[in-house]
Amino acid sequence: MKKLGLALLVLLGLSGCGSSGTWGWYVIDPTTASGWVNIKFLVSGMGNTILISVIAAAISIVLGLIVALPGQSTKRGWRIVNRVYVELVRSIPLLPMLFWVFYGLPIIFKSMGLDIPIDPFWGAIITLAVSDSAFTAEIYRSGIQSIAKGQKEAAQTIGLNYAQTMRYVILPQAIRRILPPLANQFIYIVKMSAFASVIGMQELTRRANELVVTEYRPLEIYSLLIIEYLVLVLIISAGIRWLERRMGSDERQ
Amino acid sequence: MSDTAIELVDVDKWFGTFHVLKGINLTVKTGEKVVICGPSGSGKSTVVRCINRLEEHQKGIIRFNGIELTNDPKSVASIQGQIGMVFQQFNLFPHLSVLENLILGPMKARGLSRAKAVEIAQHYLNRVRIPEQADKMPAQLSGGQQQRVAIARSLCMEPKVLLFDEPTSALDPEMISEVLDVMVELAQDGMTMVVVTHEMGFARKVADKMVFMDEGEIVEQSAPEAFFNAPTSARCRKFLSQILQH
Repeated sequence: MKKLGLALLVLLGLSGCGSSGTWGWYVIDPTTASGWVNIKFLVSGMGNTILISVIAAAISIVLGLIVALPGQSTKRGWRIVNRVYVELVRSIPLLPMLFWVFYGLPIIFKSMGLDIPIDPFWGAIITLAVSDSAFTAEIYRSGIQSIAKGQKEAAQTIGLNYAQTMRYVILPQAIRRILPPLANQFIYIVKMSAFASVIGMQELTRRANELVVTEYRPLEIYSLLIIEYLVLVLIISAGIRWLERRMGSDERQ
Repeated sequence: MSDTAIELVDVDKWFGTFHVLKGINLTVKTGEKVVICGPSGSGKSTVVRCINRLEEHQKGIIRFNGIELTNDPKSVASIQGQIGMVFQQFNLFPHLSVLENLILGPMKARGLSRAKAVEIAQHYLNRVRIPEQADKMPAQLSGGQQQRVAIARSLCMEPKVLLFDEPTSALDPEMISEVLDVMVELAQDGMTMVVVTHEMGFARKVADKMVFMDEGEIVEQSAPEAFFNAPTSARCRKFLSQILQH
């Protein structure tokens, strides 16, 4: 592992030179004033990356449940609604969906007589949330299906209706099982939020792109960008493991 | 109030192409105890599950207290709190304590206050003789205790009828009697009961009517003395000799 890291660094060092063939790490050298300004500029995108990811994930968790429930219905029509949503949304690549939402959706709104502008911030959040909700819905489905049928039947025989059965019996049991995969899905959102840069959202990737244009040091700047995502995802991973341990010890006997 | 609690008239049911119930006719009077037995796969559990609409029948009529069970969600909702059910696998809610298992139905379905629901729960926990287990989680109890909690949970809804679907089949032998004792007491208190079981000692003690099913049909339906001493059909005689020989 250490050797691999060293080899990688050497490779970066050797090739990390501009067209002139000289080292280019000065652009993000924290010991120089201009390097420090550049680093601050790059890292300042972190707030927006986290913000759009968290909001998108929160919407996706609610939307996913709303999509998942009809999939459990005994009525064929409801199940079809669920399948169509999941298959359709799951099939659309994120980038085209982002363009469609950002450039297309306002036109649809306008044709309906609504004046709802979509800024890069909400365009990115809507796209990430909808795109992710298809996967979230499938996670809910597996979680709900993993709860034994007898639980639902027992709830029925003590007079609980569908909503009560879900709220008090099925979901509290399912949520323990689906929290780890849901949290995992959050990592996916964080990484996919990089696409928001193409509609002008000022997040990590956008900042890097803008700096590359002025400094013309893509290797160094994008290397730092990758490290930024790496740190972010590692922190989230640690959070997930903490959560899993907590859930495990919380399982009341 | 009608004297007939449950009535099944010419009930047929299919699972896909499998004809699981064939022309079932059965009447359960208020206060009556009916024991259904028969080989596995004979449809006895399905009969019970149709009575409280966990399964839908496709032909014939099922009435509970004069209300016909149909696809109308209201008809189903109106009966499900009134017909209690005890399952083979207990089906307690594992994430809730014993007390919480008991008060959930009374609070959410019957709309009682928490205090009132707790009072009822404690009353029935006493009746099934495990008042001290109220704060335990289901997994901390033995099978026999879990099944008694399940019976108490049904009773907390103060149902008109209690259905039992092989309530002792998943229990270790030494725990069967503690559950049967509770069921005998319920029977003596006048509860209307439909019990699917192979416990013939229990059946002799409490049954007003014995029902023998085989291959989706009711083959024999008679009072216990006649049923045990002089079964008319060969299939029933064979079944009884098989389960009573030990």
